[in-house]
Amino acid sequence: MTGNTIQLDKNGNLKHFLTTEGLSQSLLLSILDHAESFAGVGERAVKKVPLLRGKTIANLFFEASTRTRTTFELAAKRLSADILNLNIATSATSKGETLSDTLHTLEAMHCDMFVVRHANSGAAHYIATQVAPHISVINAGDGRHAHPTQAMLDMFTIRRHKKSFENLRVAIVGDILHSRVARSEIHALSTLGVLETRIIAPQTLIPKDAENLGVQIYHDMDEGLDGVDVVMMLRLQKERMSGALLPSEYEYFQRYGLTNKRLEKAKPDAIVMHPGPINRGVEIDSDVADGERSVILQQVSHGIAVRMAVMAMIMGRQPDNMGDTE
Amino acid sequence: MRILISNGRLLDPVNKLDGKQDLFIADGKIVGVKKGPDGFESDIQLDAKDKIVMPGLVDLCARLREPGYAHKATFASECHAANSSGITSICCPPDTKPVVDTTAVVELIHHRTQKTNRTNVYPLAALTLGLQGEQLAEMDTLKRAGCIGVSNALAPIENTEVLRRAFEYAHSCNLTVFFFAEDNSLKNNGVAHEGHVSTRLGLPAIPETAETVALSRALLLVEQTKVKAHFCRLSSARGVSLIKAAQEQGLPVTADVAICNLHLTDMDVADYNSDCHLLPPLRSERDRQGLIEGIKNGIITAVCSDHQPHDADAKAAPFSLTEPGASTIEHLLPLMLHLVNRNELKLEQAISALTSFPAKILGINKGTLITGNDADICIVDPDASNIIEKRKLLSAGKNTPFKGWELPGQVTHTIYNGEIVFKQE
Repeated sequence: MTGNTIQLDKNGNLKHFLTTEGLSQSLLLSILDHAESFAGVGERAVKKVPLLRGKTIANLFFEASTRTRTTFELAAKRLSADILNLNIATSATSKGETLSDTLHTLEAMHCDMFVVRHANSGAAHYIATQVAPHISVINAGDGRHAHPTQAMLDMFTIRRHKKSFENLRVAIVGDILHSRVARSEIHALSTLGVLETRIIAPQTLIPKDAENLGVQIYHDMDEGLDGVDVVMMLRLQKERMSGALLPSEYEYFQRYGLTNKRLEKAKPDAIVMHPGPINRGVEIDSDVADGERSVILQQVSHGIAVRMAVMAMIMGRQPDNMGDTE
Repeated sequence: MRILISNGRLLDPVNKLDGKQDLFIADGKIVGVKKGPDGFESDIQLDAKDKIVMPGLVDLCARLREPGYAHKATFASECHAANSSGITSICCPPDTKPVVDTTAVVELIHHRTQKTNRTNVYPLAALTLGLQGEQLAEMDTLKRAGCIGVSNALAPIENTEVLRRAFEYAHSCNLTVFFFAEDNSLKNNGVAHEGHVSTRLGLPAIPETAETVALSRALLLVEQTKVKAHFCRLSSARGVSLIKAAQEQGLPVTADVAICNLHLTDMDVADYNSDCHLLPPLRSERDRQGLIEGIKNGIITAVCSDHQPHDADAKAAPFSLTEPGASTIEHLLPLMLHLVNRNELKLEQAISALTSFPAKILGINKGTLITGNDADICIVDPDASNIIEKRKLLSAGKNTPFKGWELPGQVTHTIYNGEIVFKQE
């Protein structure tokens, strides 16, 4: 539906990365393969390859973010690109400048790529339709819609632990309604061919017709976790507690909090994931978050490799000719 | 000015008029159908061979953007665009800036209308002061100043006691309430129909119940207060069923639908097309079909343009940040003829829904071809067709969701008060 035509150039290569929806399995696997070859770079003494030397990447963050912005910044720096960080939430638009004026100003500074985070769904898509043809856009999160690099780093982490996606049962737990991470994960898991994707949440946090996304809906945590290989927890925003969606943190944790006891329902070798930042005692117990099945910190370091892979692929650079480290 | 329209197919379904006959116009009035008055000599003769001659269209909802939003459109630009679609009467909601809650604003609108002199303009008065939903507006004073009905436009009246009293008072003043049914809490800042499309796109959603809950509440108060109510721009099949039940119960209620909701669905939003960001939202195909059925069954009797011209900036942003509404006024008739060509509606129904029925809802003596009536006439070539291009729009608002559509019907002449105000180039 969305994205496919705009995300690929006429040769079928990745031009913008806006959503995992509609991209082919081979393209998603290619992102994971590229990320494998970048994964070692961060462990070297000199953590740089010259693939994107001379390129300028602008981080356009219309919504505050620390960790996503930082990992994009590190990814760009390890590829030797120049990076501009623009915290637009507090600059241009608050002076009344329109979004397209901001974009054209940055174009005039000869940027090659925009990494965009925005509070409204479809913002990255809109920006991709507005920029000059030589500029690429990576979606670093738009409203409730998509966060494709987060989903791909989660896929990368799953593949490292489970080797392949076939025969996997995956449960995504928490605020599906407001989650761009969940939507991007669901599309990626479906394209990569998992056996089953489940979403577990009270009805108030599940969007209408969610089953059309190809998922099984569970309101009971124990039933939903039964026999799964991967548990993906979502962050529950504090503001969801005020208003009509949930009664209290206490009740949410009682019903949907991940504890070691609950985790017994999953397969013995199930892994536990979380996009961060974690609300300990709200959606996940510290014993689980810091436990041996948690791969949460690995997700963070994989995030840099996956973002390097996406940036390099969009710029048409292959890691196999990445040359000597500088 | 005396005009003879000859050889055309005269069509006025409500008067069972359908046939190749002549129409005679003099001094702003229709002076003869089929046969002219003795000694009639025309100043102008229009040959309407192979064309349909029908009453000028009556549009129940169009925003002309004045006063207050002249950067979007003006009376001059929009009335010209309306004439190009055969429209000669326009009912305007009160959500101008300032709101139509003082006689000064009504006078301003009448002044602009007379200056433009291209269409009849019928302003609706605000139901509550400033459309705030708290204090009743001076309905009777506004009626005497020339308002044809009362409405709170798109603004909610959350306090049910205020709504009850507003209905009661309007009833006492013998005014029809034009009511847009939307529960503001259930809308919850939504921008698209709640369904699988909004779920995929991650757009804040407006559930069907935002319409049906508000409609049910208003219908119960109509029953209690006996006010004459017209429900504007239904969007859901369930909403049509509620109106049907109320009509069967004998309540004095009528309803209309906006032309976009008869052609488009939430699927059209699927690439974040901000030109399809509308209010009420485009709902499912099932809803679209329910609305069509509602017209066929006589539950919905009028179709309006719900014309909302916007400046380019209003639509140039991520979907949720754009302003809702489409520029539709000059495609109202072609879009209806398109439904006729696709066998979704009968020609007679389509024409009635644009002429005599909306006139009846407004209580005006328009929308028919009767000797003695004002000469507001539309002549259309039903066999011609046009491809919609944004740059060719006459409206100042280029925000059409129908870009690239090929639509039937070219209006060749529009006559308002016996004068030709539009002629095809």
